Amino acid sequence: MERHGLATYLIGFVLAVVLTAIPFWLVATHALPPQRLLLVIGIAAVLQVLVHLRFFLHLNFTTTPKENLLALVFTALLIFIMVGGSFWIMFDLHQRMMS
Amino acid sequence: MFGKLTIEALPLYSAIAAGGAAVTVGGALLVAIVLTWLKAWKYLWTDWLTSVDHKRIGVMYIVLALIMLLRGFVDAIMMRAQQATALDAGGYLPPEHFDQIFSSHGTIMIFFMAMPFMTGLINLIMPLQIGTRDVAFPWLNAVSLWLSAAGAGLVMVSLVIGKFSTAGWTGYPPYSGIDYNPGVGVDYWIWAILISGVGSTMSGINFIVTILKRRAPGMTLMRMTPFTWTALCASVLMAFAFPAITVACGLLALDRLFGMHFFTNAHGGNMMNYANLFWIWGHPEVYILILPAFGIFSEVVATFSKKRLFGYESLVYATAAIAILSFTVWLHHFFTMGSSANVNAFFGVTTMVIAVPTGVKVFNWLLTMYRGRIDFHPSMMWSIGFMVTFVIGGMTGVLLAIPPADFLMHNTTFLVAHFHNMIIPGVLFGYLAGYMFWFPKAFGFELNRGWGLASFWCWLIGFYLAFMPLYLLGLKGMPRRMETYNDPTWQPYLMVAAAGAVVVLFGIASMVMQLYVSIRDRRLTADRTGDPFDGRTLEWSTSSPPPPYNFAVIPTVSDREPFLVAKKDGTAYQRPASYTPISIPSNTPAGVVLGIFAFVLGFAIIWHIWWLVAVSAIVMFTTVITRSSDDHAEFTLSAGEVKRIEDERFRELGRRA
Ligand code: HEM
Ligand SMILES: [Cu+2]
Repeated sequence: MERHGLATYLIGFVLAVVLTAIPFWLVATHALPPQRLLLVIGIAAVLQVLVHLRFFLHLNFTTTPKENLLALVFTALLIFIMVGGSFWIMFDLHQRMMS
Repeated sequence: MFGKLTIEALPLYSAIAAGGAAVTVGGALLVAIVLTWLKAWKYLWTDWLTSVDHKRIGVMYIVLALIMLLRGFVDAIMMRAQQATALDAGGYLPPEHFDQIFSSHGTIMIFFMAMPFMTGLINLIMPLQIGTRDVAFPWLNAVSLWLSAAGAGLVMVSLVIGKFSTAGWTGYPPYSGIDYNPGVGVDYWIWAILISGVGSTMSGINFIVTILKRRAPGMTLMRMTPFTWTALCASVLMAFAFPAITVACGLLALDRLFGMHFFTNAHGGNMMNYANLFWIWGHPEVYILILPAFGIFSEVVATFSKKRLFGYESLVYATAAIAILSFTVWLHHFFTMGSSANVNAFFGVTTMVIAVPTGVKVFNWLLTMYRGRIDFHPSMMWSIGFMVTFVIGGMTGVLLAIPPADFLMHNTTFLVAHFHNMIIPGVLFGYLAGYMFWFPKAFGFELNRGWGLASFWCWLIGFYLAFMPLYLLGLKGMPRRMETYNDPTWQPYLMVAAAGAVVVLFGIASMVMQLYVSIRDRRLTADRTGDPFDGRTLEWSTSSPPPPYNFAVIPTVSDREPFLVAKKDGTAYQRPASYTPISIPSNTPAGVVLGIFAFVLGFAIIWHIWWLVAVSAIVMFTTVITRSSDDHAEFTLSAGEVKRIEDERFRELGRRA
């Protein structure tokens, strides 16, 4: 097992906190119109996932075994199906309800 | 002090509800008295409840499932009795009570009968089949078990204290929201599911790691048994699908507890997203249940036809294909929610596609039987009954996959008939086949065949009688979940259905008799070799029941059916030159304690007893930390001790020969 210095964890922690604080702050202050707000929250969430993978689970493209990356690709596929499918379904409904 | 809990919560307002409560409390008391009389408490605690052995955990899961099967069936026969007599507001159940019964029946059968049964069978058998000594995380396994039991306990307690949900097993808002359902019923449902759902997610992860990392040397993926393959795919589905229902129920709980608006129309909430999230889990869930049953059928059919499984590779690929496709069809559960034609068409087509790999499997089993020397053991009968009946259910499913047809049939008893047609002959028959097949492995003696066959025939005939009329009623337009109706032409069908439920009751009684007779005659049917059915795979190479370490020497595998090959080569049952010490995880009360306090936690949240929530959360947290930092969680069985157990086994084998 390779060791990971405290520094990595701290950087990860700070990034995670920042990425959490931004959406909360934006929502609390109504700084953006709803549409754009949702977009920013979404981006922050995706970045948050990447931060966790990189700094807490120590995944990268050089030392991580192939099969672990493969599992990650599989996960990404499923998330894409679930989240993408939900968007498709819910926005389709939204359109039919509103217009 | 006690939150919303008052003396009013006791079901003294109705004789039937009070009767249900009395049976529940009486049953629990009876078990306690019998245990005290047998002086079995200590044995139960040290050998079972605190055990982390995958075999014992498996058995406890199955015991839980069988108890809950009884409860779920009582619900079922009560509904059948109500509907048979409910013409023009007849019947004996008030609407409110009838609604609780279909909700608890569905919830129990899916979450607390089928799920524990499946998890139990995988626990019991999969580690033996892949030639390992335990699952990857034995303690986590115990935690999963006790969280499932805690959820089941909450459903049972709702019979005695307060009421259960009336919102069906799906709990759709807005009806399940706080405005329309201010009582505790929906909360019981939510917390039972949330708590057991955590257990299921962890089981899934545990099984995945076990199968991927702990196979015996030489057991490549394509040498795994069909049951292990299906267990792997089902576990992947569990790990990925359960978070969706956890989120859906969690958000619903937030709506109810803290006045949030995820699923209300106010403040931008959207109740349809609940249906979306629920079924993102819900459809994979049906494959979580059915895939392991497919695995069991594959093992049973090969063993009792005395042939290699026909088309193993195609079965494996079909399983994997189903697993992935099962994530692409969930909208077929709400075709009528108002999506546009394109969306409905897409999900209709994917649903029809998923029938193809399932069809492939039917041919695998049929062609395995073809020209086999078939032994009509009860497990084989369950499998044959399954093949015939499941195909009918599959066809009605493809019919429902056509959106315009679904618009007519959805929410009718046609749908109820369809899913029971998949889930009784598919899921339940599969698990019962596994139960009768592997029972000798777990306990060292066989189950009585005669009563097993009686049970099978009663279940099969009862099933047809109980559900074929519902197809017709559905076509005539009878909605599901009806407490009363005023169309006299429906009643004859409902009476036949009730008769069917009575026949199923005989099937269940036969299972109880079978257990009684088999235990009484256990010396006659003792399984001294560990291989009563001329088995093909590694689980049969150990003694019945297997020693705590399963295999004194981890086997090396060079074939898909390693034990059969070893028996042919004459290399089975070989004694190693010497034994080595084996380290085994020690028993721990931590799992039960976590389960008990998870139950208390759920109960306290349901009744808004906030101090108790805090106390139980702290106890749970402390238990996890304490056990996780225990450095002596294992003990070592010395080589001498292993040798003693193995010598005993070889003496038994020798005595037979
Ligand atoms: C043993 C024989 C069984 C009988 C006689 C039976 C009977 C019934 C009846 C009468 C209903 C209500 C139908 C309606 O809404 O009009 C029902 C619903 C349901 N059953 Fe069964 N059932 C049986 C076994 C099972 C099994 C084994 C499972 C699952 C493993 C199951 C799962 C469900 C579910 C999920 C519902 C829907 C509940 C709801 O409407 O929310 N049933 N069953
Ligand atoms: Cu489905």
